[in-house]
Amino acid sequence: MPRIGHRTRPDSLASFPEHSPESPLSIHDMTVAYDRRPVLWDVDYEAPAGKLVAIVGPNGAGKSTLIKAALGLTPMLSGRIEFFGEPLKARRRDVGFVPQRESVDWSFPVSALDVVCMGLYSEIGWCRPVGRRARERARASLAQVGMQGYEDRQIARLSGGQQQRVFLARALVQDARLYFMDEPFAGVDAATERSIIEVLRDLRTRGRTVLVVHHDLQTVAEYFDHVVLLNRRIVASGPVAEVFTDENLRKTYGGRLTLLDRAAEELARAVEPGAGS
Amino acid sequence: MSAAPAGLWDVLLLRGGYNATVVQSATLLLGAAAGSVGAFALLRGRSLMGDALAHATLPGIGVAFLIASAIGLDPRAPAWLLLGAAVFGVLGVGFVHVLTRSRRLSEDAAMAVVLSSMFGLGVVILSHIQSLPGGNQAGLRSLILGQAAAMRTGDAITMGVLALICALGVTLLFKELRLVCFDGEFASARGWPTGAIDLALMALVVTVTVIGIQAVGIVLIVALLVVPPASARLWTDRLWRVVALSAGIGAVSGYVGAAISAVVPRMPTGGAIVLCAGAVFVVSLLIAPSRGLAASALRLARLRVRIGREHALRSACEWLEERGEQVENGARVPVADALRAVEDWPLWRWFVRISLRVRRFARIEGAEFVLDLRGASEAQRISRAHRLWELYLERYLHVAPTHVHSPADLVEHTLSPELVAELERAVDAERSSMNGAGGPR
Repeated sequence: MPRIGHRTRPDSLASFPEHSPESPLSIHDMTVAYDRRPVLWDVDYEAPAGKLVAIVGPNGAGKSTLIKAALGLTPMLSGRIEFFGEPLKARRRDVGFVPQRESVDWSFPVSALDVVCMGLYSEIGWCRPVGRRARERARASLAQVGMQGYEDRQIARLSGGQQQRVFLARALVQDARLYFMDEPFAGVDAATERSIIEVLRDLRTRGRTVLVVHHDLQTVAEYFDHVVLLNRRIVASGPVAEVFTDENLRKTYGGRLTLLDRAAEELARAVEPGAGS
Repeated sequence: MSAAPAGLWDVLLLRGGYNATVVQSATLLLGAAAGSVGAFALLRGRSLMGDALAHATLPGIGVAFLIASAIGLDPRAPAWLLLGAAVFGVLGVGFVHVLTRSRRLSEDAAMAVVLSSMFGLGVVILSHIQSLPGGNQAGLRSLILGQAAAMRTGDAITMGVLALICALGVTLLFKELRLVCFDGEFASARGWPTGAIDLALMALVVTVTVIGIQAVGIVLIVALLVVPPASARLWTDRLWRVVALSAGIGAVSGYVGAAISAVVPRMPTGGAIVLCAGAVFVVSLLIAPSRGLAASALRLARLRVRIGREHALRSACEWLEERGEQVENGARVPVADALRAVEDWPLWRWFVRISLRVRRFARIEGAEFVLDLRGASEAQRISRAHRLWELYLERYLHVAPTHVHSPADLVEHTLSPELVAELERAVDAERSSMNGAGGPR
């Protein structure tokens, strides 16, 4: 692959074939445990540049944990993570994060614009107030997710989908090169889903890489280029067309049970708790 | 105290003498600092930590007194006692942290254990001190409930300056505290040292608590950290306003409370200050717009009147349609039929009638309910929304028709026009797909 605009690497570095400098994220040998119970086993992964990647797997497969460990939010038992060939510390500016919507208290007394401005705090630096230019950029970012006119709305007065878009705008305003998004499509309305898709495609056009924890298997092929099938370990990863097969899905979601069986079981449990298991 | 007992107004207007003026100004600053630091502590869920910390300071004061007596220092020097208090306060927070981190106890249980056992230890040490010769005059008891009037000018100035520094710290770290209190995980992901910012907040809480001990006392200092921000939160949805208002409420409470305790004999300052803050809280709870009790009672009452009004219009509409009559301006329905579904409580009925009249929906003439200018279209709108909602429940949620009526009754009154339009589309789509499946295309 020709690397236009990149400095040629010194030969000493070229002797590490497993991480090319283009890879926005490489995970080596990651193992994570909660209370000595392993959640992720021996994960090795190299994210492709400029692609939309879905991370898919059953509940408790460690999808969020993968993201959090990569971002240094959850300690690892072992493993090495590199962003664009460097440790996270050197590349924070290029790494954006959209947490799960449920991870914060939405009754917190801030406006939508206040939240989006938080994406610029690192640029603004310690002890300095949020200036007018930062607010302008935050405003533009809100408009990008179709939220103009909601700047001064207290965040509790936004719908779930609008809250999700505020989180998205907060990440976008940072203009990172790699984004992690934890379940951005969970429980959102149709307008929000369209808006998120539009944003994702725009990011891809601009050569950004996005890793999305996704729960809706129906839309994986439509929305994403690559997929990571995860269940405590990586079952398969690669282009959707090659990897997103029934065989691999069966492996990911447990050999014996088909998806339909699982859905039926869940329904039975929802109707009559305690039955079925 | 000065020779002539000063009145409350004199003291409030700073005519109570030099020392009283300094002490009051210092409690004002203390209140402002506690209010602003407390706002973030409350939002970070650390309020009770302040309480555990404050109670943990008591043995520190006792130990500091004993050490000073043993090595021949002046054991009553406030700076020395407060140093002991600070050390034990931090120790208490450390204990809570250790107990919680090893997951042996939940945080509230850990705080309760540390708070009560360290306070108990403090009480034991204090009673030992009182049994010592000269211990009675130590005046340590006043630290439990606070006695601002007994503060010396120099101590008050120190307290004021430290309070000012705390308030300044909150101002400087405003942005960082907001970020960490709202979304600590995002803050960490962006490289902010969340632990250090939390520690800074804790340091501010420790400082406010310790400097407030002389004036407000160990038992009540936490109220100054919690009550002003809780009151301020009722008034506004903006963080900087919450912090500023909380500082203001704290400052006024500190000032007025110190004045009251200076005038009323043997009134502990802590109690007076906290009572002032508590009064502000009660008033806020009652009258704050949108979050106050009065506002929500008013909202509820308006909703009930609206439901009654819509019930009356729908009943009238249905009555007319059953008889094949036009739903139009001037249409007449017997009052008993129109108000059939309205709650049978004279006051509500009266409100409903007034509301119908004022909005030009309907008026009551003798025993007849007469649809007015805007009433006919409103009645049709309501009936339609009701039917759509019933249809939707039946078709999509498969609720049995006999069960539909009552839940639909409650929801339909709050349906927005957009939602009604969406319902219409959904029901229409269903209808056309059913038609399409039957016939050839």
